[in-house]
Amino acid sequence: MSSFGKPLKIALGLAIIAGLIVIPMNFNRYGLFILSQWAVMSIAAMGLNLTLGYAGQVSLAQGAFVGIGAYAAAIMTTHGWPLPAAILVAILLSFAVGWVLGYPALRVQHHYLAFVTLAFSTLAFLVFRNESWLTGGIYGISNIPRPHIFGLATNKPLPFYYVCLGSLAIVSLAVWWLIRSPWGRAFMALRENPLRAQSLGIDTRRYTLMAFAIGSALGGIAGALYAPLTQYIDPVPFNLSLSLDLLMMVIVGGAGFYFGPFLGAMIAVLLPEWLRFTEGYYLMLYAVAVMLLLIWSPTGILGILDRYLAERRTKAASALRAVAKSRLETVQ
Amino acid sequence: MSNLFDLLVAGLATGAIYALVAVGFTLLWQTSQTINFAQGEFVMLPAFLMLAAMHAGAPFWLAIILGILLSMILLGLGFKLLLVDPMMRHGVLPLAIATMALAIGIKEAVKQFFSAEASPFPSVVPTGDISILGHAVSLQSIGVLVVAILAVVGLTTLLNRTSLGHQMQAAAQNPTVARIIGVPVERMILLTFLINAFLVALASLLITPIYLAKFSSGEVLGQAAFIAAIVGGFNQVRGAIAGGLLIGVLDNLAAAYVSTQYRAAVPMMFLIAVILFRPQGLLGRAEERTV
Repeated sequence: MSSFGKPLKIALGLAIIAGLIVIPMNFNRYGLFILSQWAVMSIAAMGLNLTLGYAGQVSLAQGAFVGIGAYAAAIMTTHGWPLPAAILVAILLSFAVGWVLGYPALRVQHHYLAFVTLAFSTLAFLVFRNESWLTGGIYGISNIPRPHIFGLATNKPLPFYYVCLGSLAIVSLAVWWLIRSPWGRAFMALRENPLRAQSLGIDTRRYTLMAFAIGSALGGIAGALYAPLTQYIDPVPFNLSLSLDLLMMVIVGGAGFYFGPFLGAMIAVLLPEWLRFTEGYYLMLYAVAVMLLLIWSPTGILGILDRYLAERRTKAASALRAVAKSRLETVQ
Repeated sequence: MSNLFDLLVAGLATGAIYALVAVGFTLLWQTSQTINFAQGEFVMLPAFLMLAAMHAGAPFWLAIILGILLSMILLGLGFKLLLVDPMMRHGVLPLAIATMALAIGIKEAVKQFFSAEASPFPSVVPTGDISILGHAVSLQSIGVLVVAILAVVGLTTLLNRTSLGHQMQAAAQNPTVARIIGVPVERMILLTFLINAFLVALASLLITPIYLAKFSSGEVLGQAAFIAAIVGGFNQVRGAIAGGLLIGVLDNLAAAYVSTQYRAAVPMMFLIAVILFRPQGLLGRAEERTV
């Protein structure tokens, strides 16, 4: 069963990747913009999934880190720095700020932590809006250049979509490796039972801060890609509702599932677009859809799949047991 | 000096409204572990219900009654039966996320079915100024303060002096034991949802004449109520009242003396400080942690 399942999974994965590369080739400008946005938001949601889904630390500040990354990239690239350098700075900056934001998590948990991070999110927004010497204030920063990758200009939508997709691939691989490393297991131990994790010798203090810092750094990467994607940024997209949206993406997709953020970002970015034919009703329908989904399955979309697979596995296992038992009986 | 006095009165008036909203917020938390991210939208909606009734030709007093009744049905009964009940057993976070979606839904519905523009709203209190200790104080501030204080006193009397209130507190503090001694816990929880809906409708009636009726006005209000509830103590009704008044005054003073740009930052910093150094809130009791 499993020997057949694995090649199938790999084939499915390759088909999806090939589809993501080939199909958008004849998309129009807007379609490519939406898909690029999906890739960027997937990166940010993946970061939050590390913090929330794997390490169990509620954060309502991921949008602020996307903002930090976006402003870092916008300020640096408009001053002539190349994008990779800006991404590096965005990572370092978000990592450092995320580390500091992790300190409250050492003292308070759950809803209190949610409120601290919520307050941080609002403070970050105020800084973006008010420090106009740095961020351009409410007028924002315009004419953000898109990068040259290996000498190729990515000004057109399609090449830049590949930049976003490539970054998503790199980040996905890194996260895949991370959650399978001892660190990932430590994160999960932290979520499941912090006390037991500590008594097993896991430095819970360090891993809590790490969970915040790494998750935030991914938010920073997403922001550093968002700035050249839209080529203009102002404080509005990075207000609290982005943090809430990202949290919604993670929960709707399935917190603690590797593919959750991809699905969640797809629903949050694409579903409103598909519903656009309903005109003014689309956000309302989106809200209703999210509520219905959560009532049906609070663990998100992948929670449904997980339950279904678990059921099938138990059925298959009991069938195998029955066969083995009857064989044993015939031998005797 | 007269400036400070005016600021204090205005701050107390907004603070009293925050307190109403924050009290409802803590009630829901205590009885059903609901963190209602749509609380701000809950305050925004009743004003539109009242406006809709007035557009349909109802006089103002009737529109108020209809608005309060409708909001108790929609935001009390409907909210509990349709969203909270099916989700409560799944834990705090999924329900909190669902209320975020609900907030989007309410906002968009008002924008779509009513208007994206701000609408004026008649005041229950006559406008004008009266003179207190030689200061001109707007009647509106006084009226808001009086109504809010009456509501809060009424609520605390209900909670602390009546059998019904004691049953509600028992249901909130320990549902299992409450059930054993015969408290109809389910009905008590429903009652807190209805009280919350009544309080937000009242807050809506008081605040909308000042800030106009707009679909997006819930965001700021919801956050203020949030902060008030946590600063005062998440598990205490009187904490929420103190928190509301404090945040209202702080907000007004910050706008005058710190900077208008960073006025919103002051309550937030205060919130962070309170959570870090006194997480149970200024008046709250420490919650027992379960491991």
